[in-house]
Amino acid sequence: MYAFTLEQPTTLADAKRLTAGGAQALAGGQTMLASMKQRLMQPEHLVDLGGVSELRGIKVEGQRVVIGAMTRHQDVANHADVRKLIPGLAALADGIGDRQVRAMGTMGGSVANNDPAACYPSAVLGLGATVHTDRRTIAADDFFQGLYTTALDAGELITAISFPAPTRSAYAKFRQPASRFALVGVFVAQTAAGVRVAITGTGNGVFRHAGLEAALNKSFTPDAVNAVTIDATDISADLHASSAYRAHLIKVQTQVAVALANG
Amino acid sequence: MGAIDFAKLPHIGESLLRKEDYRFLTGAGQYTDDIVLANMRQAVFVRSPHAHAKIISIDKTAALAAPGVVGVFDGEDVAADKIGGLPCGWLITDTQGQPMKEPPHPILAHGKARYVGDHVVMVVAETLEQAKNAAELVVVEYEPLPAVVDVRDAMLPSATALHDAAPGNHCYKWAIGDQGAVDAAFAGAAHVTKIDLINNRLVPNPMEPRAVIGSYNRAGDDYTLYVSNQNPHVERLLLTAFVMGLPEHKVRVIAPDVGGGFGAKIYLYAEDVCLTWASKKLNCAIKWNCDRSEAFLCDAHGRDHVTHAEMALDKDGHFLAFKVHTDANLGAYLSTFSTAVPTILYATLLAGQYKTPQVYVEVDSWFTNTSPVDAYRGAGRPEATYLLERIVSRAAWETGLSQDEIRRRNFITEFPYQTPVALQYDTGDFPACLDKANQLADIAGLPARKAASAAKGLVRGIGYSSYIEACGLAPSNIAGALGARAGLFECGEVRVHPTGSVTVFTGSHSHGQGHETTFAQVVASRLGMDPSMVDIVHGDTGRVPFGMGTYGSRSISVGGAAIMRALDKIEAKAKKIAAHLMETGDADVDFANGEFTVKGTDKKVTFGQVALTAYVPHNYPLDKLEPGLNETAFYDPTNFTFPAGTHICEVEIDPNTGVVRVDRFTAVDDFGTIINPMIVEGQVHGGLVQGIGQALMEHCVYDRETGQLVTGSFMDYTMPRADDFPDFTLGHVCTPCTTNPLGTKGCGEAGAIGSPPAVMNAVLDALAPLGVKDLDMPASPNRVWTAIQAAK
Repeated sequence: MYAFTLEQPTTLADAKRLTAGGAQALAGGQTMLASMKQRLMQPEHLVDLGGVSELRGIKVEGQRVVIGAMTRHQDVANHADVRKLIPGLAALADGIGDRQVRAMGTMGGSVANNDPAACYPSAVLGLGATVHTDRRTIAADDFFQGLYTTALDAGELITAISFPAPTRSAYAKFRQPASRFALVGVFVAQTAAGVRVAITGTGNGVFRHAGLEAALNKSFTPDAVNAVTIDATDISADLHASSAYRAHLIKVQTQVAVALANG
Repeated sequence: MGAIDFAKLPHIGESLLRKEDYRFLTGAGQYTDDIVLANMRQAVFVRSPHAHAKIISIDKTAALAAPGVVGVFDGEDVAADKIGGLPCGWLITDTQGQPMKEPPHPILAHGKARYVGDHVVMVVAETLEQAKNAAELVVVEYEPLPAVVDVRDAMLPSATALHDAAPGNHCYKWAIGDQGAVDAAFAGAAHVTKIDLINNRLVPNPMEPRAVIGSYNRAGDDYTLYVSNQNPHVERLLLTAFVMGLPEHKVRVIAPDVGGGFGAKIYLYAEDVCLTWASKKLNCAIKWNCDRSEAFLCDAHGRDHVTHAEMALDKDGHFLAFKVHTDANLGAYLSTFSTAVPTILYATLLAGQYKTPQVYVEVDSWFTNTSPVDAYRGAGRPEATYLLERIVSRAAWETGLSQDEIRRRNFITEFPYQTPVALQYDTGDFPACLDKANQLADIAGLPARKAASAAKGLVRGIGYSSYIEACGLAPSNIAGALGARAGLFECGEVRVHPTGSVTVFTGSHSHGQGHETTFAQVVASRLGMDPSMVDIVHGDTGRVPFGMGTYGSRSISVGGAAIMRALDKIEAKAKKIAAHLMETGDADVDFANGEFTVKGTDKKVTFGQVALTAYVPHNYPLDKLEPGLNETAFYDPTNFTFPAGTHICEVEIDPNTGVVRVDRFTAVDDFGTIINPMIVEGQVHGGLVQGIGQALMEHCVYDRETGQLVTGSFMDYTMPRADDFPDFTLGHVCTPCTTNPLGTKGCGEAGAIGSPPAVMNAVLDALAPLGVKDLDMPASPNRVWTAIQAAK
């Protein structure tokens, strides 16, 4: 790890002032600290957002659940309202990493990082959530822009993410055997505006699949997935899965998720 | 005392809780990194980013000028000080009677770097951060060369040679067995079963990565080396006599608490020498901690064989002859015992549990641009067992016999048994292990379980593996005749203190095995005292008289036997003292349960009284006997020990995802006499996890084009975890070893040896209805699913 300075602001205003000056936000650190230890990242100034109480907490506003950016995975997983209104989201949070990661990692940190194998981006996109930042709101469909890339500007902080409660939803993750990140993760949601299917783990960042959505709009059943063709062309291949295998697993995990959502 | 009487002693067979666990569980362990010396600097190594490259130049100027830096060293500095390369401890003589190719193994690369992670420059600074910062300032100019990482590439005529001293990357061609007799048997065979397989390369990954402190003491012109190592005396011997040209008494090697080894900490590594050497040049102590990423790159790896084999059978399924050709990957340089692993420790086990009359094995070993490959839990015996037990099950399927029946028809049942590949098994009961495994695995219930799986769209299969291994390394004369450059005895010293408590100094080393408990049980049982009165000291050449260390499941059978011999001497001397106290002849004294008695009388003295008398010799036969009660013994075994058993694995596979779930695993092992069943059970569990891990998960992969390590972290190298396994069902059969005084055979590696073929046979049994006939380890979901698609 290279040397760095650490600031621990307690208000959003102070955090904004510091990040505007070019400091790197620390939002749980479950990816960044490991990278820093390996000297793969070299932030000179770190701003720990963990002390900013405005960024923490979960509230229900009508049929929406609004989750502060610095809310820990375990707090999403265990929250009674999340479990009641969006059980698929609570279950997803409960399956991220391990107990230690869930106790430290935050929703905002995960979503801002947009790791191509992270779980949360699929829920944000699958549920059609809205990302609130310190300067604007961004629709999920506009937020994720490929591998580790988002619509966030430099220094822009996510403050909260607002999820509309779906009719039903679920997440099914096939774990990469070594890292246990998503080799393929599929979030399905039946919403007022139709079915949304968001897929993570297949290479270039989370994406929606029009073919699966169309089929599930006709019939929200596992069998409806059988006839859908998944194009493996843009799906990544590595030691743990060929493109064809990942493409196949998209269908399998969609079926698992639909079955879970249907109870 | 012999094995029969030993097994009847109190505490033998009791699951005493481990004495060492209090300090480990409360954070009081003292690992190398816990040791902080005065005037201690930190070392960091600059490693080759290329798999194969000429070193054109090294510019150390900026690094030397960096804050806190006290020294920067490269291969030129090593050569200038005439520090030798790392030696190989086992000479293999090839089929033409020529010695193996033994290219230099410099401690810092000289002229060329030969694998990703090869040591190029060592930077020493006041702090670790300063050393790391300075290491980034070292400028090494490389000219990359083509690299080979796979033996099938290394042997090609077009392959770039790693070493001038090893043309064609070939180290040796070695063979054992009667080729002519094997060919004749094949000519008359009713059936021949053939197999091609790869034994996948593994990274050892002990929980504590390697760590070293080299420390020079100017007052005595001597060194102390703290190192996370399995055999400090061997480390000292190699370091002093073979590399640095120092007399042994000038170097003390201390291997304090060591957090696992699995073989990877047997060897003398470049870092150990670099730190020792530089500690004198800089007149300070220097610490190096291997980080996890470095451990992946430069710890000695395991396995990595490519094999073709054929088994000849008669019409009734009896094995007539077995022939094998194996290409073994040795990595870029010869590690300490690397050359013995694919030869002596592999081919000699290929008779297995079977009375196959003829076996012929040929081995070609190759250099590649990868980390050196050496012994890893099982060391050659897992490779042998995997090959033999895979081909035996395949032969069963081809001939229509059950996996059980084909083994039963070929089992050796009479002992001693001389195999056609050098070993002589002293004892065993192979059918008993198979019977017990069948019973514990509930084979009768298998059809119902298969049907239940099928109802869920899943397939289920069962796999057998009947393994045998040679442990208790080794009769020194036999090892020497086979090329070992060291003896393989063990040493034990029993020091009885005046008030009767005991300290034992053993040349075995415990890095997770629980010797401090098991060895104390042995001593306490013999002397009739509570195990809490016995402490075991190990891992320090300054305190332990001598030792050959811990590997090859040898500790109890060789190290324990040395302690038994020392106890024989203690008992003999103590009887003389007791006879004097009781005014009788030595021959009339009996010793049992800590008391000396005179035959036919009620006279007795306790062991404690005798101990006190030995050190307060007021009433003592000083004219005939020295005072004191302190004895040392060296024990050299007359034969290997032969743990054996049958493992049965039952898997359930989802053909839709390729996921293999181990539903049941049964291991019935014959370890001879068992001293502490709980510790043995722990060893078996650990071994099974490593073996099943090899079969289903673990795989060290280098990119075949670039030579880069693809699985360089736990993000891509699949370490087995507790939730990957069911509860294991364990059973035991006991035929005591006939050649050591404890009757023990060793249990440290059996799980890792027996389990991989049991798992793979189960996977192939399950997939047979889907048309899959072959699969290499690891049977990952991706591989299983792909194989199912290919068979459609």
